[in-house]
Amino acid sequence: MQKIAVQVDDLTVAYNYKPVLWDIDLEIPEGVLMAIVGPNGAGKSTLIKSILGILKPIAGSISIYGKPYEKQRSLVAYVPQKGSVDWDFPTTALDVVMMGTYGSLGWVKRPGQKEKKAALEALEQVGMLPFKNRQISQLSGGQQQRIFLARALVQDASIYFMDEPFQGVDATTEIAIINILKALRKANKTVVVVHHDLQTVPEYFDWVTFLNVKKIATGPVKDIFNDDNLTKTYGINYKVSIQK
Amino acid sequence: MLGSFAVLRKQSLLGDAISHAALPGIAIAFLLTGTKDSNILLLGALGSGLIGTFWIRGIINKTHLKSDTALGLILSIFFGFGMLLLTFIQKQPNANQAGLDKYLFGQAATLVESDVWLMALITGLCLLVLVLFWKEFKILLFDKDYANTLGFNTKTIDILITSFIVLAIVLGLQTVGVVLMSAMLLAPAAAARQWTNKLGTMVFLAAIFGAFSGVFGTAISATQNNLSTGPVIVIVASVFVMFSFIFSPNRGLLFRQIRFIKNRRDLELHKTLAFMYHIAKSHENISHPHTIKILNDFQGYTKSTLKKLVDKNYVTLQGNMWSLTTEGFDTAANLYNQQLKKDE
Repeated sequence: MQKIAVQVDDLTVAYNYKPVLWDIDLEIPEGVLMAIVGPNGAGKSTLIKSILGILKPIAGSISIYGKPYEKQRSLVAYVPQKGSVDWDFPTTALDVVMMGTYGSLGWVKRPGQKEKKAALEALEQVGMLPFKNRQISQLSGGQQQRIFLARALVQDASIYFMDEPFQGVDATTEIAIINILKALRKANKTVVVVHHDLQTVPEYFDWVTFLNVKKIATGPVKDIFNDDNLTKTYGINYKVSIQK
Repeated sequence: MLGSFAVLRKQSLLGDAISHAALPGIAIAFLLTGTKDSNILLLGALGSGLIGTFWIRGIINKTHLKSDTALGLILSIFFGFGMLLLTFIQKQPNANQAGLDKYLFGQAATLVESDVWLMALITGLCLLVLVLFWKEFKILLFDKDYANTLGFNTKTIDILITSFIVLAIVLGLQTVGVVLMSAMLLAPAAAARQWTNKLGTMVFLAAIFGAFSGVFGTAISATQNNLSTGPVIVIVASVFVMFSFIFSPNRGLLFRQIRFIKNRRDLELHKTLAFMYHIAKSHENISHPHTIKILNDFQGYTKSTLKKLVDKNYVTLQGNMWSLTTEGFDTAANLYNQQLKKDE
């Protein structure tokens, strides 16, 4: 039996009166590469943000390896949506990746040589080392996404949450990113990705959660990624031609 | 210095709101104590400035109003209330009343030695906090949600920054006054942003610009009679901003325009050369002369481009005939490949 990395119980989140997530129960086993799919407004980002404590749920509890999230922060890394920050901010690529080390440093203490080395290694991993001193506004969308990924890698976490890492990146970057994710899975890390491109789900992921305010289904891609669940999630008679 | 953070948070108007919000505090402090001791009045300003700031935060968090609406609302309410109290004070039979209006536009001449010491003390404190929490400030400004997941209490950092902005503003009130204070906060930061892409350098430059405008402004107003210091300081600061907007090497308007023109010239040159290359390619002898008239069919051709090509030894001219040199031919052949490499 696999260990459970993330457990979500009875999670309900609402903006104003409208529930965005309704009574979600979810178990994510250790070592899976999981996609969260669902239509716009289904609460995919909200689910991630609630697990990470960025949003306050109305009800429900989250546990990471059996303990509350607040005690397990160091095990969790987050890659936000690229559009969530101001890329004109006066800082360099290396500097952004260094931010990944701030958590383990804690208050006041400054990053030193050790942290810089870790950041450079992460940059190397995502193929961005030549751009380390580039001002972040002068990076392309795909490069910015890689920087965000590198920042999460620096945290050296066990569980990675990524909010649409493939949004607006070209095919080369997409392949580069997915290769890194697969490497993470090989190292028995758990990776949870909000994903939009249904066609690539069977190719990239081994675990999937269908979400549309309520949880529709969750499990191995080969068992549950079918027209029935897609139709239930997206509401229309959805047919994918899955090459198995 | 602290203005950098306000600018980067896109809360530039916060300074304006806070300084206006400080006015009723000054008036109330006067009404309660009856003294014009600047320390007590500034304490009042600090109080109402903080109240105003946290109301603004409250409005933004609890309602659907946008931050500019909240800022505008608090600014006008507090300023209106402050003016009301000022007129009320003026009607009072207290000889001490005159001089409160100096806080509207500021009057550096009223500063005494103890005020200066207080300012130095607070500035030192600001610096200390800035150095200590540099990392925390930076990550909050860049990516608040991410800072949260790293385990930083972003609310605490936020309150810390905001409090120090309020403190800085209240201190400046006596010099520059309620109305112009926000310019003092923002102008150096806006100017500094033009010169650098590093947060550290930006904050440092902003501090220098701020200090210089202070010194220059005071010096200018001292040489002239009837020239109040505050507005002169602000004008000097805005000269810095104007200068930076135009002349900064990377983001400045002037250099951007120059770069644009230069790039366009280079491209025209390249395109003309490429056009010549295509004609020359169809002949066995690459230096076979052609008439200049052919070039007129090509858009972007000018006499000056042709002259430049000759200068670069890519083309030789004989009467109204031109011919490519071997060098020119090779360059043109490589041009396209180079362009491809650059795009990768």
